[in-house]
Amino acid sequence: MSSLLRLATAGSVDDGKSTLVGRLLYDTKSVLADQLDAVQRASVDRGLSTPDLSLLVDGLRSEREQGITIDVAYRYFATPRRSFVLADTPGHVQYTRNTVTGASTAQLAVLLVDARKGVVEQTRRHAAVLALLGVPRLVLAVNKVDLINYDEAAFTVIAKEFATHAASLGYAEGSVLTIPVSALHGDNVATRSENTPWYGGPTLLEHLEQVPVAPDPHDAPFRFPVQYVIRPRTADYPDYRGYAGQIAAGTVRPGDEVVVLPQGLRTRVTRVDTADGPRDEAGAGSSVTVLLADDLDIARGDLIASATDRPEVTDEFTATLCWLSSSSLRPGARVLVKHGARTVQALVEELGSRFDEQTLSTVDSPESLELNEIGGVRIRLSEELPVDEYSHSPRTGAFLVIDPKNGDTLAAGLVGERLSAVGAG
Amino acid sequence: MTALHETRETGEPDTVSAVSAAATDAARDNLAALESEAIHIFREVAGEFDRPVILFSGGKDSTLLLHLAIKAFWPAPVPFPLLHVDTGHNFDEVISFRDRMAERHGLRLIVAHVQDWIDDGRLTERPDGTRNPLQTQPLLDTIAEHRFDAVFGGGRRDEERARAKERIFSLRNAFGQWEPRRQRPELWNLYNGRHRPGEHVRVFPLSNWTESDVWNYIARERVELPSIYYAHQRKVYRRDGMWLTEGPWGGPREGEEVKELTVRYRTVGDGSCTGAVESTASTVEEVIAEVQASRLTERGATRADDRLSEAAMEDRKREGYF
Ligand SMILES: Nc1nc2c(ncn2[C@@H]2O[C@H](COP(=O)(O)OP(=O)(O)O)[C@@H](O)[C@H]2O)c(=O)[nH]1
Repeated sequence: MSSLLRLATAGSVDDGKSTLVGRLLYDTKSVLADQLDAVQRASVDRGLSTPDLSLLVDGLRSEREQGITIDVAYRYFATPRRSFVLADTPGHVQYTRNTVTGASTAQLAVLLVDARKGVVEQTRRHAAVLALLGVPRLVLAVNKVDLINYDEAAFTVIAKEFATHAASLGYAEGSVLTIPVSALHGDNVATRSENTPWYGGPTLLEHLEQVPVAPDPHDAPFRFPVQYVIRPRTADYPDYRGYAGQIAAGTVRPGDEVVVLPQGLRTRVTRVDTADGPRDEAGAGSSVTVLLADDLDIARGDLIASATDRPEVTDEFTATLCWLSSSSLRPGARVLVKHGARTVQALVEELGSRFDEQTLSTVDSPESLELNEIGGVRIRLSEELPVDEYSHSPRTGAFLVIDPKNGDTLAAGLVGERLSAVGAG
Repeated sequence: MTALHETRETGEPDTVSAVSAAATDAARDNLAALESEAIHIFREVAGEFDRPVILFSGGKDSTLLLHLAIKAFWPAPVPFPLLHVDTGHNFDEVISFRDRMAERHGLRLIVAHVQDWIDDGRLTERPDGTRNPLQTQPLLDTIAEHRFDAVFGGGRRDEERARAKERIFSLRNAFGQWEPRRQRPELWNLYNGRHRPGEHVRVFPLSNWTESDVWNYIARERVELPSIYYAHQRKVYRRDGMWLTEGPWGGPREGEEVKELTVRYRTVGDGSCTGAVESTASTVEEVIAEVQASRLTERGATRADDRLSEAAMEDRKREGYF
């Protein structure tokens, strides 16, 4: 049985990200002959002697014509131990929008730097955004080590500098790894390099295969947004009433005491159902149907949570917004908030701060928030929602801000003041 | 009431004992994670849209979609009808399988026949006889006629480079077109299905599955497929590097020699441009072994229409095809 790891990549233009992703696909034999043929032909057309693996991850034609990548692309590769879903987030324009999107589902992020340049400003910004979104693990791939003659001393300087920066963002030592690689030649990507005898750690692929996929779910309190009420009313199941959803955090077992929010009704889980039969336990990420002891009025949008560790039910909260739209945000804006399976009207009462990427600090009371900017706000809701601090339970501390007029997604929202947590403020 | 076990060839009853958490937990198992993600997507659409429909051709990806939809709403029936755009160039085995599945699960099946559009002049037959590109208009007309607002498709991001950036919820304007600028960032598992009247959203629950995942899951769940996915004897002829078979779409031209070979299909589409591959894989396990050893992607091996140009798929997507 193999597990699934969702990861994101980030790096500045020309650090070799496309080559590295192409290399991962190639070395795990996730590229098939006809795709490779196409790349080979295109490489010959461009006068190259070896196939350019970065062409394996080329994007849409309009982007190819402009020669830039502007949107998150998803890539798939697998080893016998694990399958990988890779969100390839371009590091060019709109990088915050893309990094936030890729990071929202990532269990690990691979940051790339050019060994000749080391940790640059954009590396720090990327790492700050990844920390803000709570990506649990980071890998720094120090690429193009062939161009610094596989020099240990230069690598160590970069590794130390990055470790210090990651620590300032709240990353524990064990959750960050720096690896010397050459995406072009393959050193330490899938095969251990003979050119770096001084490096004793795993290759990038070994690390991706072995890293624990999730924190222990038993540590997190149970959170279950009700998506849909299953009531067959058929001859076989006349009285069946189950609450369907995907477990956002924690685990659930029959017998567990729970509370239904925002109503605040206490009850007990009698059964955790799936089409394959009842489960004796189910954990985060599993789609199940929960049956309860009491006949309560529960609908889509309600949240079933642990009775002992429950989220706050509130109609006003502090949040951090990653603004993803080209229309700007000003205080007083009327928006929609989608949280779990519920969408409510909301007012952005106050725009308290903006993250300054240049200085990695915050600016107080900005006039507006623009595309790719991150800011601290106060939000008032038209009805109460059960919300967690993002740092406590990301999936129930996350929300979308939606434009009520045209339905566009305007922002990624995180409940709580997160800017000081990433060193700004 | 349709019980899930009826979709299984073996007809084994549902298990009554509790399923061990370790066996299928999303955190530990790739296929369980993908299944949970797809089920979440189905339920989200059921909760947020008024008139969803599942595109169902009887092919393996759409059969998998239906299987997952059944699991998402069990023990209630699937709350959506099925829609097939029939080119008239489909394989008999697949059409009868399609009808059988709709009947078994008590689902309404809407069929839009491309032939009707040709007969009344809304479409004209292409000189090369291929009807895949002709599916777009009947599909969009039928979506408009029934006012469907969410349309489930079996598309996967690993199928083709142009799909790597496709969203799980892909917004289409009132003309059914895909506009790159209006596509929304997709964050966490929060999907934004808002659309204006007349617009619809294409929904791809299998976005994150690879071809290997599909086959491994079909094996694990014992999902029944049309027989032509497995090795069988067939009279075929060679054209454009593919083994084509005779049918209502035409047959061998002068000089094209007919041979009887043991073949199977990796995708099933318009018979005029869907090629068979030589194979002796007659069980799902043998197919998996073959897929693992395979040197050609599904589309590269078998679909002539995708080989027309590197960006062919992208052009058709802008037009509203898949
Ligand atoms: N010498 C060397 N060149 C590399 C390496 N990785 C990438 N490159 C080259 O760096 C350039 C930019 O690479 P690309 O993958 O397109 O960068 P991206 O913009 O980050 O996606 C290309 O010319 C690559 O061939 C490496 O490990 N060593």
